[in-house]
Amino acid sequence: MSEVLVLVDHVDGEVKKVSYELLTAARRLGTPAAVVVGAPGTAAKVRESLGRYGAAKVYAVESDDAVNYLVTPKVDALASLAPNASAVLLSATAEGKEVAGRLAVRIDSGWLVDVVDVEADGTGVQSIFGGAFVVKAKVSKGTPVITVRPGGVEAEESAADAVLDESVSVSVDPAKAARVTSREAVVGGDRPELTEASVVVSGGRGVGSAEKFSVVEELADSLGAAVGASRAAVDSGYYPHQFQVGQTGKTVSPQLYVALGISGAIQHRAGMQTSKTIVAVNKDPEAPIFEIADFGVVGDLFAVAPQLTGEVRKRKG
Amino acid sequence: MNIVVLVKQVPDTWSERKLTDADHTLDRESADAVLDEINERAVEEALLLREAHGGEVTVIAMGPDRATDAIRKALSMGADKAIHVSDEALHGSDSIATAKVLAKAIGTVENVDLVIAGNEATDGRAGAVPAIVAELLGLPQVTQLRKVSVEGTTISGERETDEGVTFLEASLPAVISVTEKINEPRYPSFKGIMAAKKKPVSTVTVADLGIDASEVGLSGAWTQVLEAAPKPPRTAGQRVEDGGDGGAKIAEFLVGQKLI
Repeated sequence: MSEVLVLVDHVDGEVKKVSYELLTAARRLGTPAAVVVGAPGTAAKVRESLGRYGAAKVYAVESDDAVNYLVTPKVDALASLAPNASAVLLSATAEGKEVAGRLAVRIDSGWLVDVVDVEADGTGVQSIFGGAFVVKAKVSKGTPVITVRPGGVEAEESAADAVLDESVSVSVDPAKAARVTSREAVVGGDRPELTEASVVVSGGRGVGSAEKFSVVEELADSLGAAVGASRAAVDSGYYPHQFQVGQTGKTVSPQLYVALGISGAIQHRAGMQTSKTIVAVNKDPEAPIFEIADFGVVGDLFAVAPQLTGEVRKRKG
Repeated sequence: MNIVVLVKQVPDTWSERKLTDADHTLDRESADAVLDEINERAVEEALLLREAHGGEVTVIAMGPDRATDAIRKALSMGADKAIHVSDEALHGSDSIATAKVLAKAIGTVENVDLVIAGNEATDGRAGAVPAIVAELLGLPQVTQLRKVSVEGTTISGERETDEGVTFLEASLPAVISVTEKINEPRYPSFKGIMAAKKKPVSTVTVADLGIDASEVGLSGAWTQVLEAAPKPPRTAGQRVEDGGDGGAKIAEFLVGQKLI
């Protein structure tokens, strides 16, 4: 079977869940080959876990330059491997999409943006306009480059050899690239990242203040969830902008989305309505969020949420 | 310092958006078009850099005739001149074709030091056009910036994404994109609005840019939409009034769904 390249999404060798989702999707199209672009030694460290999700090969593209320049080393690495590949899969993150777009134009191929599922013939399923339309699309030229939304495909294990290959190296032309002078990781504490989380608990205007957002955080922590916020909550200064879910914030599609005190304006729904299951708590029985919630409670979130937190903790022992 | 700002007109996210039945492209007529919020920030940043370093700000927009509204807004904010790429052949262009046209249009402006774009248009959400433009022009890509500064021929910026903040540095000329946090765009003054009417706007076709019409639009797209359908709206599930046991009821529901 032909090789399907997967660009491994990792932070300093910590592999993100989406990489396993990409390997799972790649198995439908051919033989997955993971491409690790990073500091020397990264691939050896992550090889085993990539193999567990089906990587037959692990390309180690490692150097200091690979880490110290933005985007282009990844494009270079994939472009040199692409001639022998039948498709390239990347995560549909800000950087993943930039790498994909540049790669596509460089290897003269079409690319699909932000698919939520990949079919065996390379057809990508896209959910657009915040989930209002479902589109099936296919690349009609070159080697398909496909960016897959984190959480779109469920990761499944399937062991493979993960043979290390160090044949590819990249060099950087500083006149054509941006140098990374330093990095600051997201200060998200121990909670999972919003777009990667299986469960998201979000608060809206109904939470009422920054201090009271602790009720959202406590429920999130009991569920091992990420915390999100509606635009109204962010604009009111209750929670930082990086956690905003919606049209002008992040798009999430977790297994479970819990909306606390969120009315469910179209702006917000656009960022979360592809969630598998939606639970809403709101005082207003007319709140539009109830139109899309699988389970809704009309009531005071300050009574309902702590009770739910307690119930979850009790069940998890 | 000569700056090119890429602006794009997108349908207002508050109005209903749909796809045309005929060819699955965005039905741009059915929605109210506005200058994408992020474009205004891109224009603002260009004006701030011009105020600090001198030079000229050229706006480039691609799209149907209605894009002139977006151009006028940018000019009334203070941009100096504009290029409007308008061509029937552009209908249905994907991100690669869009970037190719923009790269060619940028090439018609002399001595460009900096290209500024918004980080993500709210309709296509590809978010990669600035990166592809950098690829095509062979220039450094300094994208998703919440802060930018120029000193001599060096541009530095703070890139903010889900992964965190990355501090970047590159030499000019470069392509940058800015995020919502970059600035608060100014409102056009009455004087600015009046002055904008006299500012030069040149309208060009893809042929003028030396691009074959078959390379752009639907026929030039390297991807093909097989089918598009409105998703059946999510239906409301169960809803209960909280009688003091709302939290417990949610827990029961989640257990039933095997979610906890």
